[in-house]
Amino acid sequence: MLFGEMIAVALQSIRANLFRGFLTMLGIIIGVGSVITMVSLGSGAQRAIDDQIEALGANILSVSTGGFMHRGVSQNLGTLTIEDADAIARDAEAIAAVVPEKSSRQQVKLGNLNQNLQVVGSTPNFQTVNSYKLAAGKMYTLGDGAAKRRVAVVGHGVAAKFDTQIEGLLGETIYINSIAFEVIGILEPVGQVGWRNVDEQIWMPLETAQFRVFGTDELDRISAQVAIGFTADEGIIDLERILRREHKILPGKDNDFNIGDPTQFFNVRAAATNIFAALLAGIASISLIVGGIGIMNIMLVTVTERTREVGIRKALGATRLNILMQFLVEALILCLFGGAIGILLGTGISTAIARFAGWATIVSPTAIMIAFAFSAGVGLFFGIWPARKAANLNPIDALRYE
Amino acid sequence: MEATALNPDMAQAADGVIVTRELRRRYQMGDTIINALDGVSLQIQPGEYVAIMGPSGSGKSTLMNVIGCLDSPDDGEYWLNDKLVSNLKDHELARIRNQEIGFVFQTFNLLQRATALHNVEVPLIYSGISRKERQRRALEALEQVSLSERKHHQPSELSGGQRQRVAVARALVTRPSILLADEPTGNLDSQTADEIMALFDQLHRAGNTIILVTHDAKIGEHAERVLRMLDGQIESDTRNVPRQ
Repeated sequence: MLFGEMIAVALQSIRANLFRGFLTMLGIIIGVGSVITMVSLGSGAQRAIDDQIEALGANILSVSTGGFMHRGVSQNLGTLTIEDADAIARDAEAIAAVVPEKSSRQQVKLGNLNQNLQVVGSTPNFQTVNSYKLAAGKMYTLGDGAAKRRVAVVGHGVAAKFDTQIEGLLGETIYINSIAFEVIGILEPVGQVGWRNVDEQIWMPLETAQFRVFGTDELDRISAQVAIGFTADEGIIDLERILRREHKILPGKDNDFNIGDPTQFFNVRAAATNIFAALLAGIASISLIVGGIGIMNIMLVTVTERTREVGIRKALGATRLNILMQFLVEALILCLFGGAIGILLGTGISTAIARFAGWATIVSPTAIMIAFAFSAGVGLFFGIWPARKAANLNPIDALRYE
Repeated sequence: MEATALNPDMAQAADGVIVTRELRRRYQMGDTIINALDGVSLQIQPGEYVAIMGPSGSGKSTLMNVIGCLDSPDDGEYWLNDKLVSNLKDHELARIRNQEIGFVFQTFNLLQRATALHNVEVPLIYSGISRKERQRRALEALEQVSLSERKHHQPSELSGGQRQRVAVARALVTRPSILLADEPTGNLDSQTADEIMALFDQLHRAGNTIILVTHDAKIGEHAERVLRMLDGQIESDTRNVPRQ
């Protein structure tokens, strides 16, 4: 009831100086609005990276040849063979599936068009391990590999590379390094995975690739799917143990292979994005603090203007706490009102950015709650000093104030 | 003529709505110290109508402020309704100002943006009285000063006399023990001043205790007792012949 009176008096005072109240709130509106916008941009970028990690298949490890670079020369360069892949498939508890790979860029010809594309020789299980789907045709089989058949499965974007439709490509003969291959399958679009554009790759049986195209029995990559119930780290330990054994590396010597967790690349990027988002939100909150100082400034003016009123109210029985609360409520109303408008503004700007700039933005309820709580905090923090100043006025001096 | 200077030993036992003993209040003004109250002892009975008179600087306003609990004495005792109030804390003083004292000021001191009715309600707000009861009592107080038909007007829409009547209604609304008026007619023309003084006379007849600060002898005549102050002390304490 007393609180109702405080709110009524505060609203009356704000209404009496509406434009001034608006200017005061503007600081908070801009502050809260920019915090919401920045945080939603940050969480949008975060979400985009999470999606990329998910598309990558979070549980696939990648073994590649090579040790480390020293003065521009690769040291300790080892090789990966199909025996290594078999040993992993046989002995690694934490690995569910193994996909050996040999790949390089090759000249690919269809009709009179030439393209330089990534050609991958791999066992047929690459499709299931990576959860790629067929858009047309069929996958090659292990039998195709054993017979070294010249068959190929191509990414969805390859057709466009040769100015044709996927229907036009299926069953056609393409020439890879001048060797004729029949296109027997076309994958559905996958998109960019990490640094590779899977849609513009061509797959063929591993043995075909090794003996007909590349002329080597070496591999340059073994993808290993971590088994359910095991962590990526347990998978890495298993891989390292088996490969060191297969390669007969003495204890204390360096590996001649690399084991990569592709998600690590994204984790670093995610961390960088996080820092960037925090930085943006930090800069935005500075404007919130500046807005708070604006509130304090106006409240000090208000207290001076209403010194007589404070005197009257004290003479009529208002306690110090009554006066303190009255001015604090006014500062709080300014801040919360400004905060509410700021939330609408921030949400609007975020939506506009998402629509017109095409950036991912997420306006999270948490960000809204935090911004609201923050503006209330600003109101309390910056309102308390002017309110105390009013509350501590001596009633006689306040009454005589002109 | 009856002297009411107080016997110090009788202070606590003394009967009276207001009892003070050796009140002192000093102000620093530049290098000089002003003894605004220099040992004031007095006693005021319930229902009395007292005028405090004296030239400016005599300490009459300071005495009024101390009695009204707007100011605290540096030394001495002040008993209000058998309660020692000279060294109470802020919120206790606020309660006394709210419950025991009704102020009427020379400059009216109404809230400019509030209606007459709301102005009268303000003391009841700080008493924690419900909205409905508050409005009923405020309206009643406005009727007492014959202003109920102007209840929705703001002070700027009222004449000086009407404003002061709103202020009187506000002072009465909590049914205080004493009504304190500081030059209540100082800003009014003589005809309006007569109206207000008639209102005070009427309130006195109804049993209210009234203390009036004025330098106008004509106003002082309305009171039944006159305290004259000079240099922070009570110079004389006289009773007026009851008027016809």
